[in-house]
Amino acid sequence: MRSADCALLFLSVAIAAFAFCFVDAALLRAAALPDEAARSEMVTQLRLTDLALFTEARYTRHPSQADLHSAFQDHPLALEHFPTGSLIGPPRHLLKLGAGETAP
Amino acid sequence: MIKLQGIRKAFNQGRDNEYWALNGIDLHVEANKVTALRGPSGSGKTTLLTIVGCLARPTVGRVSLMGEDISGLPERFLTEIRRRRFGFIFQQFNLIKGLSALDNIILPGYPTGRPRHELLARADELLAGLKLGHRREAKVEWLSGGEQQRVAICRALINDPELLIADEPTANLDSHLAREFMAILRDLAAQGRTILLTSHDPLVVDSAVVHRVVDMRDGKLQGGR
Amino acid sequence: MKLWLEKQRYLIDYTLASLARRKARNLGLLLVYTLLVFMLASVTLYTHALRQEAARVLASSPEVIVQRMVAGRHDLIPPGYMEKIGRIRGVQKMEGRLWGYYYDTVTRANYTFMVPAVSVPANNEIIVGPALERSRGLARNNGVTFRSYSGKLHSFVIAEVLPQASELVSADLVLMSEENFRAFFDYPVGHYTDIALSVANPQEVRNVALKLAAALPDARPILRDEVLRTYASIFDWREGIVLALLSAAILAFGILAWEKASGLSAEEKREIGILKAIGWETGDVIKMKFWEGLLVSLTAFLVGFVAAYVHVFHFAAALFEPVLKGWAVLYPRFQLSPHIDGVQVATLFFFTVVPYAAAVLVPIWKAAITDPDTVMRG
Repeated sequence: MRSADCALLFLSVAIAAFAFCFVDAALLRAAALPDEAARSEMVTQLRLTDLALFTEARYTRHPSQADLHSAFQDHPLALEHFPTGSLIGPPRHLLKLGAGETAP
Repeated sequence: MIKLQGIRKAFNQGRDNEYWALNGIDLHVEANKVTALRGPSGSGKTTLLTIVGCLARPTVGRVSLMGEDISGLPERFLTEIRRRRFGFIFQQFNLIKGLSALDNIILPGYPTGRPRHELLARADELLAGLKLGHRREAKVEWLSGGEQQRVAICRALINDPELLIADEPTANLDSHLAREFMAILRDLAAQGRTILLTSHDPLVVDSAVVHRVVDMRDGKLQGGR
Repeated sequence: MKLWLEKQRYLIDYTLASLARRKARNLGLLLVYTLLVFMLASVTLYTHALRQEAARVLASSPEVIVQRMVAGRHDLIPPGYMEKIGRIRGVQKMEGRLWGYYYDTVTRANYTFMVPAVSVPANNEIIVGPALERSRGLARNNGVTFRSYSGKLHSFVIAEVLPQASELVSADLVLMSEENFRAFFDYPVGHYTDIALSVANPQEVRNVALKLAAALPDARPILRDEVLRTYASIFDWREGIVLALLSAAILAFGILAWEKASGLSAEEKREIGILKAIGWETGDVIKMKFWEGLLVSLTAFLVGFVAAYVHVFHFAAALFEPVLKGWAVLYPRFQLSPHIDGVQVATLFFFTVVPYAAAVLVPIWKAAITDPDTVMRG
């Protein structure tokens, strides 16, 4: 086969695969709806507030419930101990001083 | 076929190293004839070829092709004329390395958009005509000098031009290959093509194949035979 | 149209042949390029899907959580505290939550102990999250013993394991009865960890929070909006870190691509001269190079993106796991529902394909407009 046709065919296949990603995503989303509903139901029932992504420390397990000055809650000079602490980022009120979003 | 009137060509015009390669050339290249430009290096032969072949424009003067003034045409039209009307055989052959002989030959056909099978058929026909059919798939860097030149000739003929332009065609060939080239030239002339070449090789300019020899020196014509 | 197509096919033929001449180098470039797109696309797809997931799931979390602060720290809610809140208008329902952390020395993992409001397990029975099932090898009806902070041993029977589908929110949960919870943690009667409030009118939530802060100066209300915002921004930060790390790679690739694309060799310049001399137009040469840029960058983008999609949504972003896991022993196994942000994909496309195509085109532009007669004089 001619090389240009090979290249164009390859590109067409790649574009089709790219498009199929979106179709596949829609199918997976539809298939995941019951599970998602179950998760929402559990969040309602258990009154959960956080994802169980990082379980190693209080402020990474429940970032939204953490004390205002975690990760420095134990000591003002305490260095970040847990690796995920660096992934989660500083609390919003420290980034947005005076935004008034969090009372005391 | 081609008429040159008062052609002058300057390089680096307006600068300290301004240099006039051509100094008033009047020449008529006749159709269906083989014309040779003869002269020492630096005499302006090649510059004249680039002007006739629409590769460059004269600084002063007019070039007309079949009675039509082409010296004032924009670049795009010159390219088109070059592609349809002229075939070039360069001194260094100027083949594209890494491509096969066949791919090199059909390169001038790409911008025309002619169907590939047509181009390939034509290329095979040309290769067979020059007894090079067995080398069609070989990469050009693996070909000998004589084979490379024959590939270059095929490439010059792929768009079936009326006019062939060859710059020092025998400069890189030994006598045996040069004679073979002259034989090819004779066949091409017999097919009714107009050929313009430069050479200072006696084997070429003294050959009976060449109808007319024009002598050049210092950017001027000096008669000839 | 047919003529145009045939011409483009010729130009592609030529550009592929010239790419093939420096095969190793060009394939290497394509590979690095594809990897780069793969990494960038994986990060954006993963974080966007996770943010979407958090937003959808946590939309059902309580409207307001009230914590009590003592010396800047979260403290227990004492008896009588809830009565003070009850007088605030707009509060529909109020429940004390009981939950806490337990460090299990056997698995060296933190669990979240919690008392559910509904379907409470019987005394001495617990319901555990799927990650516990894995890490401690627990199954239904097994017995398990935890040593409490006071040193006493407490034995429980597993009544149920929470469904795997809910793992993202429930991986480390241990659900038990209130009596067990208070006994285990020595929690005084009437004390709670915090309070969950339901507010009937969503527009009232902010007012309720303001009133709470006024009535109970030591209370810290956490609104659902804030929870959602925490998760909306949580991975912006992470994405930023990854991008910061990747920026070095991007720069390196930029240099590589620029060097390759812009450093037009004498050989290539000569070839362009030959093509022009034998009848190629300047536009043909530029189109030919345009195809080169497009083929390389489009291939890298499409292959990189599709690979990233498969990686994130069919292989659960396995390559990121070590980074995300951190020190967490209990890492939830979850399959994200694929939400793709079209704008992000378009941005990725724009920032990966366009610069490369431009880097290829700019130098060729300069070379292509030179006079064709240079080949004769060379």
